[in-house]
Amino acid sequence: MNYFPDEVIEHIFDFISSHKDRNSISLVSKSWHKIERCSRKRVFIGNCYAINPERLIQRFPSLRSLTLKGKPHFADFNLVPHEWGGFVHPWIVALAKARVGLEELRLKRMVVSDESLELLSRSFSSFKSLVLVSCEGFTTDGLASVAANCRHLRELDLQENEIDDHRGQWLNCFPESSTALTSLNFSCLKGETNLAALERLVARSPNLESLKVNRAVPLDALTRLMSCAPQLVDLGVGSYENEPDQESFMKLMAAIKKCTELRSLSGFSEVAPLCLTAFYPICQNLTSLNLSYAAEIQGNHLIRFIQFCKRLQRLWILDSIGDKGLEVVASTCKELQELRVFPSDLHDEEDNDTAVTEIGLVAISAGCPKLHSILYFCKQMTNAALITVAKNCPNFIRFRLCILEPNKPDHTTSQSLDEGFGAIVQACKGLRRLSVSGLLTDKVFLYIGMYAEQLEMLSIAFAGDTDKGMLYVLNGCKKMRKLEIRDSPFGNAALLADVDKYRTMRSLWMSSCEVTLGGCKRLARNAPWLNVEIINENENNDVMERNEEDEREKVDRLYLYRTVVGARKDAPPCVTIL
Amino acid sequence: MDEFVNLKETELRLGLPGTDNVSEEIERVSCNKRALQGDTENETESSMMKMETCPPRKAQIVGWPPVRSSRKNIIQTKKNESDSEGGRGVYVKVSMDGAPYLRKIDLSCYKGYKELLKALEIMFNFSVGEYFEREGYKGSDFVPTYEDKDGDWMLIGDVPWEMFVCTCKRLRIMKGSEAKGLGCGV
Repeated sequence: MNYFPDEVIEHIFDFISSHKDRNSISLVSKSWHKIERCSRKRVFIGNCYAINPERLIQRFPSLRSLTLKGKPHFADFNLVPHEWGGFVHPWIVALAKARVGLEELRLKRMVVSDESLELLSRSFSSFKSLVLVSCEGFTTDGLASVAANCRHLRELDLQENEIDDHRGQWLNCFPESSTALTSLNFSCLKGETNLAALERLVARSPNLESLKVNRAVPLDALTRLMSCAPQLVDLGVGSYENEPDQESFMKLMAAIKKCTELRSLSGFSEVAPLCLTAFYPICQNLTSLNLSYAAEIQGNHLIRFIQFCKRLQRLWILDSIGDKGLEVVASTCKELQELRVFPSDLHDEEDNDTAVTEIGLVAISAGCPKLHSILYFCKQMTNAALITVAKNCPNFIRFRLCILEPNKPDHTTSQSLDEGFGAIVQACKGLRRLSVSGLLTDKVFLYIGMYAEQLEMLSIAFAGDTDKGMLYVLNGCKKMRKLEIRDSPFGNAALLADVDKYRTMRSLWMSSCEVTLGGCKRLARNAPWLNVEIINENENNDVMERNEEDEREKVDRLYLYRTVVGARKDAPPCVTIL
Repeated sequence: MDEFVNLKETELRLGLPGTDNVSEEIERVSCNKRALQGDTENETESSMMKMETCPPRKAQIVGWPPVRSSRKNIIQTKKNESDSEGGRGVYVKVSMDGAPYLRKIDLSCYKGYKELLKALEIMFNFSVGEYFEREGYKGSDFVPTYEDKDGDWMLIGDVPWEMFVCTCKRLRIMKGSEAKGLGCGV
């Protein structure tokens, strides 16, 4: 029995927004479950195949905002075939049919078609926000329908999608009456942009806070855009390889000076150093800076710019900044919380003295007390450095280290990096995400299993010696949700040791490991609530027809995930669901 | 350690957009190197293998490093652009007397004369002899030469490497009597 009437309880629930908390509330009692589900507005589905849209709508009839994720993370690195799946269409069809009052749709790694976008734009009259991250399958025609039909659109955010640019007039499709835009990001479009249409759109959107344009927006257009949107908080610029002339430069700088609210800067896929200096007037206000696509800028220009960015909380940069540059960051950016250092040379060919090493990492850890998330690509690392980093920064939530060469040991002692990563997991009690690299034995996984109590996501590549390694992790990390492993010697013994563990996890990915077809089949038999997917290159591989001998054959790619709706029906020929 | 070799053999390679073609001489060294204690013999062996294989490009592992295609494409474009802009990395024709057709090589792949000559030796299956500052190449009928910016035919190895790369327009491996004028003892 509840002490309060339902409406009061519902009102109290309104204050609880985190998905985890709302899920917990719904488990308290039948009554709470009902109140919670009827009042739930936002739902997050980490794996679109774990549930189907009909059941979702049945449970949450008041749904307003839906987040869906499709392909597994390693799809970002071309390890998942394009046709694997993750289609959003059935979801939009179901939501439209049930007349759900959808206002917001956020998709990651899903396949979206123009048809889906068209249906979306026509089915939800209150639709306000579309965020697509790493999606594919649509063209600017789809964007045109969204622009034309979503009368109340506030946010159109396209991040790193593969979009077929038909060079049409999609920007023209925003009706003149559309003035509600707060966020527009089309940086991933490769084609030309109708500048006049863009300028008119920006001019009539007084609430526009975030604008990220694509490469095709030249300097003079940018200047005009900024002049009519001085309220911008988040700006993504285009590409400027040529140094501007004096007059253009002065105009740009004047426009930038007026943008006193600007806090976040990105884009810069090509930028002449002089263009960067035009942003000096607002440097000290910046809290977020992404120069990770600016492969042309040399370290010294980067350093000169960053020296003024004292309030930076988030920095994404290329390793051309060098250790020296990171030392400057460490002494300047005391508010830094998140750092990502991407590689500018992928094949370790150049004897690049300016790339980053363990020295830069240690400097950052020493200088930035608020640092909690790091993604660091480098060519070398030492245990001593990692131990120091762990001591300096026990607050890491995300720690991703990628040493470019697989199996590379500590370059001063030639030993494995077990101790270094061990120190990280031991010191960082709140660690939720970890990526390991370099030479690693089973021991590092013993440490991870022992100490990484909050770990939810772990990425392993070219590491470990025996099944024990994977077992340490599966047995030890109680909060593990996503485990992705490639090119490591883990096999059936580890895979099958504790089948029930996978009930508590979202998914497991294993590629180029030692698991065999026989092992996977056995797993699928023992766990009918799992979808065990085998991904092959060869379409003609009818995995089910294999005989005894083939059962010993190693599986190229395995992806398994818990689901309440059984095997999906949309798998392509290269995927076999056991 | 050998498991990695087998895994690589069953691995199917997908061409990543914007990256180089997988070279025929696939180097397995980087994946097999395990700095186990007391295994120094293998280490020296692997590093020797590395020097002999030219050009020194590492094997391309699918999906490694874990960087999105959009980033890889941009870096690749930058590399190609800067290579050609600076005048370095320009592909030059290589002819060998008696060979039916010419080849082309990218000079920026090499760090010095030693690597270049080794590559040429492998490409054309010959031996270049030993270089002496005063006498030129001794011990072989073949002499490596190049045409410089002025149109003159010069002996490879006389000028500093950097200068060579900037001034070299094409290479020619001379053979026999014609070579004697440049190569030996002048």
